[in-house]
Amino acid sequence: MKMGRLAELAGDGESGEKSRTFVFQDEGHTLGNALRSIIAQYPDVQFCGYTVPHPAETKMHFRIQAKSGRAVDILRKGLEDLEKACEHTAKAFETAWQASR
Amino acid sequence: MQKGDSSRIILEEYAISNAVEHSIVQEGEPWSIEKFAENLKVEIIREGDNGRELEFDLIGCAPALANAFRRILLSEVPSMAIEKVFIRNNTSLIQDEVLAHRLGLLPLRADPRLFEYPALPVSEDEDASDQDTLRYELKVTCSLNPHPRKDSRRPEDIYINDNVYSRDVKWVPLGQQAEIYPKGEEQLGVLESDILICKMRPGQEIHAFMHAVKGIGKDHAKFSPVATATYRMLPEIKLTKPVKGEMAERLKGCFSPGVIEIVRDKKNGPDDREARVKNARYDSCSRNVFRHNDLKECVQLTRVPDHFIFTIESLGALPPAVLFLEAVKTLKAKCRTFIEEIDNIA
Repeated sequence: MKMGRLAELAGDGESGEKSRTFVFQDEGHTLGNALRSIIAQYPDVQFCGYTVPHPAETKMHFRIQAKSGRAVDILRKGLEDLEKACEHTAKAFETAWQASR
Repeated sequence: MQKGDSSRIILEEYAISNAVEHSIVQEGEPWSIEKFAENLKVEIIREGDNGRELEFDLIGCAPALANAFRRILLSEVPSMAIEKVFIRNNTSLIQDEVLAHRLGLLPLRADPRLFEYPALPVSEDEDASDQDTLRYELKVTCSLNPHPRKDSRRPEDIYINDNVYSRDVKWVPLGQQAEIYPKGEEQLGVLESDILICKMRPGQEIHAFMHAVKGIGKDHAKFSPVATATYRMLPEIKLTKPVKGEMAERLKGCFSPGVIEIVRDKKNGPDDREARVKNARYDSCSRNVFRHNDLKECVQLTRVPDHFIFTIESLGALPPAVLFLEAVKTLKAKCRTFIEEIDNIA
């Protein structure tokens, strides 16, 4: 995989590291909405949303505003949780598939 | 209409009355993988169409996740398709570029997991690597049938090769491919034999070589491995009042076949018909019942918000179960990529 697909926009002074907008290169609603659905449910998160600013640009902006903690840590946790959710889905599907044979 | 039961999406005549409760921002317990694992259930329901179709239930997950899998199946799970066409001769009525497009859309049998993505840009010349390219040839000439059936004026009787079908596209081994794939045509050929590519008349000829590569649906729909992949929420129908007699027949007609059944019970008097919900699963949720003022008072149409009926129709190169697992793997790989990327910006 080529590197440099994740960037962050400059934060706003007041909130410090609690709030950030991350820019995902070559991603869209597929990852954006799935990730948002998980991160929005964390108790430390005040706001979480995503947008694809322009349909012709393959970019996805992902915003996290935390009550406490660093936004980047929350993003990492979100991605790890989504990864685990995928692992579990694959396992559950395989078990069901074997059982139906 | 009775309210309550917030675990269901209630479909009323003019609105979804509890839409707010099922909006995308959900309050409640914080997300945890343990809770997710506890709630998630998968049930295989049905396989059909020679194993090309699969219906299964994905229960207990967020719509965002189900939608991510659907979107990945359509546009990010790879498959092989013809990308370059080298036309040696084409005297048919179809122009070179239209012919090339039609050839590109032919579904191929090849398993994309056995091949690499091509080096970009895809090489323009005809020497290609056996690791990322499959080569095919199409050579058909139309001629008059020297022994036509007597008195027949039908094209298939008086001409030879007047129709060019996908079966005429033959696999040609590249490099070591003849040794690597001993089954050859059976493993790498064209999936459907009877796709009409072109019609010809005597004297016309098509001769072309084709290179197929691995790609994803995002780049071009021909690389999509599925005919379609869809999900819908499980419908649930409740009768809030008994529906009897002639009304029962009308109610039955308002829904898809097999959804409402009519039971007979002698105790109900001379007209002993009464409607029951038999199986709401395959209801099309047509809302026809709202056309009858007397019937709409008696039913409540709902949907189970976290029960997804997933249907995957594979083109046939890979079985649908494998495609779904590939889609899950793709989403997981996306997460892994960006977890590693975080270290670069943090």
